[in-house]
Amino acid sequence: MSAPPADTAGPAPLPAAPALEVSGLSVRFAVAGAKRWLQAVDGVSFSVERGETLGVVGESGSGKSTIARALLRLVSATAGTARFRGADLLALEGPTLRAMREHLQIIFQDPLASLDPRMSVAEIIEEPLREFRPALDRAARRGQVLAMLDRVGLLPAHLNRFPHEFSGGQAQRIGIARALMLQPELLVCDEPISALDVSIKSQIANLLKDLQLAFGLSVLFIAHDLAAVRFSCDRILVLYLGRVMEIASRTALFETPRHPYTRALLQSVPVADPVLARARRAAPLGGEIPSPLAPPSGCVFRTRCPFAGSLCAEEVPRLRPVGASLVACHRAEELAGLPRNGG
Amino acid sequence: MSAALPARRSEDRTERAADGAAALLAIRDLRVTYRTEAGALHAVDGMDVDLAPGEFLGVVGESGSGKTQLLLAMLGLNAPGARIDGSIRYRGQELVGAGERVLRCLRGARIAMIFQDPMTALNPYLTIGTQLTEGVRHHQGASRAAARRRALELLDAVHIPEPERRFAQHPHELSGGMRQRIVIAMALICEPDILLADEPTTALDVTVQAQILALLRELRTRTRAAIVLVTHDLGVIAEVADRVLVMYAGRVVEQAGVQRLFEHARHPYTEGLRRSIVPLAGPLPARLPSIGGNPPNPAELPPGCPFAPRCAYAFERCPTAPPPLAPVAPGHLCACYYDGPRGRIR
Repeated sequence: MSAPPADTAGPAPLPAAPALEVSGLSVRFAVAGAKRWLQAVDGVSFSVERGETLGVVGESGSGKSTIARALLRLVSATAGTARFRGADLLALEGPTLRAMREHLQIIFQDPLASLDPRMSVAEIIEEPLREFRPALDRAARRGQVLAMLDRVGLLPAHLNRFPHEFSGGQAQRIGIARALMLQPELLVCDEPISALDVSIKSQIANLLKDLQLAFGLSVLFIAHDLAAVRFSCDRILVLYLGRVMEIASRTALFETPRHPYTRALLQSVPVADPVLARARRAAPLGGEIPSPLAPPSGCVFRTRCPFAGSLCAEEVPRLRPVGASLVACHRAEELAGLPRNGG
Repeated sequence: MSAALPARRSEDRTERAADGAAALLAIRDLRVTYRTEAGALHAVDGMDVDLAPGEFLGVVGESGSGKTQLLLAMLGLNAPGARIDGSIRYRGQELVGAGERVLRCLRGARIAMIFQDPMTALNPYLTIGTQLTEGVRHHQGASRAAARRRALELLDAVHIPEPERRFAQHPHELSGGMRQRIVIAMALICEPDILLADEPTTALDVTVQAQILALLRELRTRTRAAIVLVTHDLGVIAEVADRVLVMYAGRVVEQAGVQRLFEHARHPYTEGLRRSIVPLAGPLPARLPSIGGNPPNPAELPPGCPFAPRCAYAFERCPTAPPPLAPVAPGHLCACYYDGPRGRIR
């Protein structure tokens, strides 16, 4: 693909540096009518290496979408930095922020809701070029649009149609084409396949993987579906109530999950094998995610954790290396020896 | 654990016969059609289903497959303008064309429904107690005190902590998982014979989904109501169902016992769905096997087999006429002309 344009903010980053380095990101919201704060994201640090897909998994209320929104500057971060292309994404303003958007694109969960119903497919896919490549003439724009259309598996005949004429899977292809038009350095995918029909999910998952390789994209892949994450991501961050529980490579996370929450998540996913499903029948994790308005003291997972002890209520566990993973659990070493179904 | 749920009514035991006439529910050639500007939309396009007392039937299908319309037809709740043809017999009583009075006596009392989104299924203005007792008060004429006793038993049976306190609360004061337990308790309060569940765990987080699936499994052994669970998730089916219907474009394309379906799926659509699941352990494919194309628009169904345009095995015969649902093994039905390399035409 073409070299990055020269007119970007700051010096070109060294090749070894991560594409994105987030440090101490916190986001809180004021609660209307009450003098209280809702801590949606609490001191989250991670990096997305170049060409890597980092998965962020968590249940509703874990803060995963808030992280994406903060990076895209759709909500303001209360604290933290996000190094991207030599600048702090969270501190950019005005024209420099706008210029940075060229390199940072997003694919949304609901493909139809994220496309303007009054714009044709051609207009939707061309818009980023009009905004950021004003020097291109009509023919050159059309050429790039047609090439992208082909890459995402749409036909030239689709160009003059409107979003409502497309199924969910096709609409997501349009959203992907729009996001990739400027060849961004970082792609944020917020639940990109979870709204799609089962038979379409795998088509789009394959497409995203192909494009990620072809364009050398760095991807932040936000999802609640562990199977989708296993297929799409190189490394995975597990989030619970705004805090990082575990960060590990795909292999480490799925083969030797270290955090009790990661273990519980993996055990909760229904297994598409009736014999296995009926044989394993571990008791499901009790309770539900607590209110972020009143998070538990110490470890936020302790109220549901079968292994919680007194230290867990007193001290917030730091994220630290255990085996091949980074784990925020006081008892991670002890638990490492337990069988997978331990509990 | 409480003993709030009584044993099954005794007459059920006499109904073990496998033929449709003795089934708890027998559906024959059911069609649900909507008239639209683009012409007739066949939401359900000729379905036969038998439900035995106490069985757990899973129905898998994607959006537009007709799975929700099938459930609504059992309750006579399809949208106005729906044309219902065919027959739905509950204990021999015909429900298609039955008057509102007949249906109203059955709904909630004999055939109850658990909806997908517990927040919209509950009335935000009424207390849990009021909503929970409405059914027994209406259908069984229970006194306020008796209804309250029964409701508290049910809350306990679905493992709601502090039932007395919950009874007085409003839906917004409860978590999503708790609300779904309330909806399940509401569906069970009149001791129905049939419990319909439309994607009951899709709106829930995965750890809560596991709790609700465990609850459904537990309830089916204790209430002995037949459960029809509709989902798009084969994983959920594998966890709970005894028998499975696979729906595509308003038809049943395959039907088998759960183990048989997962081990010996015969329909190319079922096989495609099964293969596209990413395993959580073991080898990971570089590319996911996927079904090409898109589900058909129910207003523009292709002639012949509706899956043929997406099917890797389609041949000349497939677009000519829809393949009948025919036995391929005992208890295993499949609607497909392709019969593997051994010979194409059954």
